[in-house]
Amino acid sequence: MNNMADISRPTRTPQFEARLAKRYRAERNFKLMGQGAIVFSVAVLIFLLGNMLMNGIGGFQRAELAVPFNFAESGLTGDEVSLTAPSAVQTLEMQGMAEVVHFFAEEALGTEGADQLSDQAWRDVAAALTSDPALLSQTEPVLFNLPASSDLASGLAGEGSPEMQALASKLASEGKLAENWDWGFLSRSDATSPQAVGIWGALKGSILTMIITLVLAFPIGILAALYLEEYAPKNRWTDLIEVSINNLAAVPSIIFGLLGLAVFLAVFPNLRSAPLIGGMTLALMTMPVIVISGRNAIKAVPPSIRDGALAVGASPVQVVFHHVLPLALPGMLTGTIIGMARALGETAPLLLIGMRAFVATPPTDFMSPATVLPVQIFLWSDEIDRGFVERTSAAIVILLLFLLLMNSVAIYLRNKFEKTW
Amino acid sequence: MSPITLILIAIGLGLAGWLIGRAKAWSFQKADPEARPASRPIYHAWYVAIWVVIPVLVFITLWSFAAPQLITQSVLASPAAADLPTFGFERQAWLSEARAVAIGLAPGVFNEGAEALIEPFREAISFYNWIGFAVTIVIAVGGGIFAFLRIRPDFGARTKVERTVMIVLLLASLVAILTTFGIFASLVFETVRFFGMVSPVDFLFGTFWGPDPMSNPENPDGSRYGAIPLFWGTIFIGAIIAMIVAIPLGLMSAIYLTQYANPTLRAWVKPALEILAGVPTVVYGYFAALTIAPMIRDAAVAVGVTNASTESALAAGVVMGVMIIPFVSSMADDSIAAVPSAMRDGSYAMGATKSETISRVLFPAALPGIVAGIMLAVSRAIGETMIVVMAASTAANLSANPLDRMTTVTVQIVKMLTGEGSFDHPATLSAFALGFVLFLVTLALNFAALRVVKRFREAYE
Repeated sequence: MNNMADISRPTRTPQFEARLAKRYRAERNFKLMGQGAIVFSVAVLIFLLGNMLMNGIGGFQRAELAVPFNFAESGLTGDEVSLTAPSAVQTLEMQGMAEVVHFFAEEALGTEGADQLSDQAWRDVAAALTSDPALLSQTEPVLFNLPASSDLASGLAGEGSPEMQALASKLASEGKLAENWDWGFLSRSDATSPQAVGIWGALKGSILTMIITLVLAFPIGILAALYLEEYAPKNRWTDLIEVSINNLAAVPSIIFGLLGLAVFLAVFPNLRSAPLIGGMTLALMTMPVIVISGRNAIKAVPPSIRDGALAVGASPVQVVFHHVLPLALPGMLTGTIIGMARALGETAPLLLIGMRAFVATPPTDFMSPATVLPVQIFLWSDEIDRGFVERTSAAIVILLLFLLLMNSVAIYLRNKFEKTW
Repeated sequence: MSPITLILIAIGLGLAGWLIGRAKAWSFQKADPEARPASRPIYHAWYVAIWVVIPVLVFITLWSFAAPQLITQSVLASPAAADLPTFGFERQAWLSEARAVAIGLAPGVFNEGAEALIEPFREAISFYNWIGFAVTIVIAVGGGIFAFLRIRPDFGARTKVERTVMIVLLLASLVAILTTFGIFASLVFETVRFFGMVSPVDFLFGTFWGPDPMSNPENPDGSRYGAIPLFWGTIFIGAIIAMIVAIPLGLMSAIYLTQYANPTLRAWVKPALEILAGVPTVVYGYFAALTIAPMIRDAAVAVGVTNASTESALAAGVVMGVMIIPFVSSMADDSIAAVPSAMRDGSYAMGATKSETISRVLFPAALPGIVAGIMLAVSRAIGETMIVVMAASTAANLSANPLDRMTTVTVQIVKMLTGEGSFDHPATLSAFALGFVLFLVTLALNFAALRVVKRFREAYE
């Protein structure tokens, strides 16, 4: 039997079989290594996103104390006019609103509990009152969920000092302290206490900055791409432009921060940390990305379209603006959105040009001091307070959602409008 | 009146000019339907609009620089300014406070002396606003009338408009050169100032880094500006640890995705890698500082390393490597896909297994592209800022132990420029010198990558 096999398959010696087995083993190991690499990368991605999401959910909630507030007994005075005036909150503060809130809190929660009400809690009541002055004449107590101090909040989370944990569990069992969904996180701005912070200021700063970036980088990028791809003569100047665009695309982003610091802030020293300067810096960074993707989109338009237009008598400018540009625009938009998504997540250059200040009010225009989402994340990540860890993750979740949205739009555009000629 | 309002007015007038110009051009056509005007009405319209908008935009740009100066000057000339402190800082504070109140940004002034200046400021601002507005209108209308008078049936508006378009296109592409020049000039300028205070030899070859922003800027201690530990830290984190993570994982995932994976898996994994590439670096930094660094510290302590730090080079390097994986993978993907399939088929025909084909045929053929990709990856890693700012240390150590605290060039740039140091201090200026080195090194890497691809690429077809 053995003999027969030897005759029919003369090369299959035991040594050969051993070699073959080894080769197959190597093949299997190689494939496993490949699978391992994929599994590792995807696992890291899932771990990263999961980690942010798990922590982030906590960041969208805050510990709040339930305080019934009886306006009729509060002794606060005011009418429709004074309560809707811009100075209403100051007026209420002068009337000692903070003490009144504290008094009602003491009645409901006891002295210990009332002391753990956040310092700024009365502002929530004041805001409710200014938005609805009729509350003041209400004799029934109105229940307010007011932010607790960050000490009590960490007590509720099972950390911090034992006294706080005891107090938190006592109040929680009485139903007076709870983790509530905190919609205000989306409408407030930076603050010193994690209980009072919000993301809107940074988000608005990001939006303003991105508007500047888009307004500058998109037209310049598209026009430069059109010039280089359609009109530029082949000479040394054109080569220089091409080389500098390719280099700019590869220069580390922090170098753009140095440029913004040395040039833009030298010209406009008063606009430190303004969205205008941030947007200009990011526009210089985004422009090469738009040029490169724009050129690829223009290259993809077949020459026959240009030839056809030229043949019926269109001028070179008409060829490009009537025929090439409309066909290349979806590809250009895709590249622009991807470039903008990169700019939205960019932190380092903005740190250098001073967008890292503590800004407690949302920016009103392009010149007012602002911060942006990634810088806000960076600033919060430096805070020691435990509450900021969750708030940072929540901010990261919002940033990632925006990036996801932008990239989905880019992918949608690409799939919808991409033509193969 | 802010520049933005003026720009909106200019655009509105431009639109009016556009409509008027088009109407006039149409009227020629109506008057004589047989005639063939030199240009279509739309080009006459654009011609007028360009003459309205562009001179106004030039004026607004100049005006937005000039107006604040003029306002301040006229306030200083007013009698109320006589009480101003003559001294620099306080004087500025008074002026800016009064100004803020005058334009409604602030409810009141802190310094009572500034109170008197509010009214002059209000007057000057409204006066110059009025002037700016009037000049804008005059220029716009003047340009429009000039262009309007030139519209005739035989006027070649199209060539004029197209010439303007070409100039605008050229200007747009010159922005790139200007930016490059701006980067280069600002870095060189500040670096030269720095080297005027600290010798380049001390900077490039010294082994101790510890600038003191509070020291006397007149007489800097050159021995505290040795950048070797920073260069080493940058190379160790960005080019060694990160690449040890990124190269095998990136290469293997590219190989698996292109050679082994079925289309369904590819359709899922490729977008996942793209997401990994799109995560902002500040998120990676947070992840590294809060999750990975403590994990590595605990692991090191568990195996008996006592002095492990939470700011270890390893944590920053590993996370940076993860960030680079998609980059290496897509580069390797492209260069492997560029190898003609005849080579792969030939290898299979000779009886080679898949892995033998990959490692002995495809990989060598794709090597130039892969090497170039790795060089680009290194240049990205050493220029990466947020991960190292958040996860690495600021202490400069010359050490080969990955668990040690180490710092990088980018960390020091951020540290020097976000401190309170003055702009004339060598510690602040050293950031520009570091930036210049970083700029040159990344440029050199990018050029080298291009050269490698050009020089070693095999022409298969």
